[in-house]
Amino acid sequence: MDQQLKIELSQQGIFATTMEELYNWGRKNSVWPLTFGLACCAIEMIATTMARYDLARFGAEVFRPSPRQADLMIVAGTVTKKMAPQVVRLYNQMPEPKYVIAMGACAISGGPFKQGYSVLKGIDRYIPVEVHIPGCPPRPEALIDAFITLQKKIDAQALTGESRPRHLRDDTPSEFPVPTYGAHDLQPAKNPTLWHITTNTTSPKPLPSGTDESGRD
Amino acid sequence: MNLEEIKSTLEAAIPGCSPQIVTNGSPSGQHSLLLDREHAFAAAMFLRDDPTLCLDYCSNVTGLDWLDTETSEKVKVTQLVDGIEKEVEEISKTRTPGYLEAVYHLYSMQKKHGPLVVRLRTENRTDSVHLPSFTPVWRSAEFQEREVFDLFGIIFDGHPDLRRILMWDEFEDHPMRKDYVEPDDYEYEPTPHDAVLKKALEHRNRISSPDGQGA
Repeated sequence: MDQQLKIELSQQGIFATTMEELYNWGRKNSVWPLTFGLACCAIEMIATTMARYDLARFGAEVFRPSPRQADLMIVAGTVTKKMAPQVVRLYNQMPEPKYVIAMGACAISGGPFKQGYSVLKGIDRYIPVEVHIPGCPPRPEALIDAFITLQKKIDAQALTGESRPRHLRDDTPSEFPVPTYGAHDLQPAKNPTLWHITTNTTSPKPLPSGTDESGRD
Repeated sequence: MNLEEIKSTLEAAIPGCSPQIVTNGSPSGQHSLLLDREHAFAAAMFLRDDPTLCLDYCSNVTGLDWLDTETSEKVKVTQLVDGIEKEVEEISKTRTPGYLEAVYHLYSMQKKHGPLVVRLRTENRTDSVHLPSFTPVWRSAEFQEREVFDLFGIIFDGHPDLRRILMWDEFEDHPMRKDYVEPDDYEYEPTPHDAVLKKALEHRNRISSPDGQGA
């Protein structure tokens, strides 16, 4: 609907909207997160919901203790390889439409534990992530910003047509395979349908000799 | 009671028990008592129940991995070379098998003294990795012995529930052992250095070799 016409009508006391706008407006203002924390980022997430930062202002006032009633999973903290299958299973148990915010350095990439043997290098290897927040831990403002970013994303979703979101399509999965525990690592190590970032295999460049001396002063 | 006195009381109380004192050369000077495997359990019971020692609290259990060591020594040997006796230097190598070690820190809540550091060593680090469990003596050792079992692979005989505690049950390695090989899952790091740089270069060599799989 033409924006100018809408303003014109509202000045005349007529409120006009579309089904899509109304639907998205309702959805974006009632995103209920899952009560789910993995490490220190969860403390910051709890602080965000408390009186000082008050995430309830944005419609996320109830943290649901069951994945069946939640719309949003905030992966707050280090995802160990032992915990990863449970995280994916919780995600699978959530009803559509569902969203994921990966909060903090560990959840998005493994963070300081990236080169460790026991930590997953980012939850986006197994489940699709809508918003990534860097930080160790991110401040509550950063989580609120991520939440608003998610709301904008929900608001921009078209309900019909080719670009309609996953929960309105039949050909896209809403559940993702749960990795199994292997003898040395998780099997598979990543979901290739979700994770297809090609890393630069030529880096790191071996340092030319003498550069660290001559480069200074 | 100092360590020497504890050693002699243990020797007197438990026939056959031969504890050794492992000295610590650092400024802390926290020397420890190495118990032999056969008498370790009886010695632990004695340390707990003796009215003067009364070490009723085990605060910490940890593991250590000592690799096999090879020491080379130069020995002068007289040999006949071209009919003339000559002194020739020969290098003799001695291989000392490594071992796994469990370390217990014991305190007395009642007498307010401690810690007494007790060590146990396995025979080697491959096929004979059994130690007596101290969980029946100090209940607080239960989870920590499970952790040592998980990460170092020491099998504690007499432990009521010896399962992995940090890694999953299907996991086969013992990650804190010095010869543990991590899964090759290196991924891009913006500024790798030291051990990570070594890992990155190894990973790059592996994927650029003809039989290597892409990243």
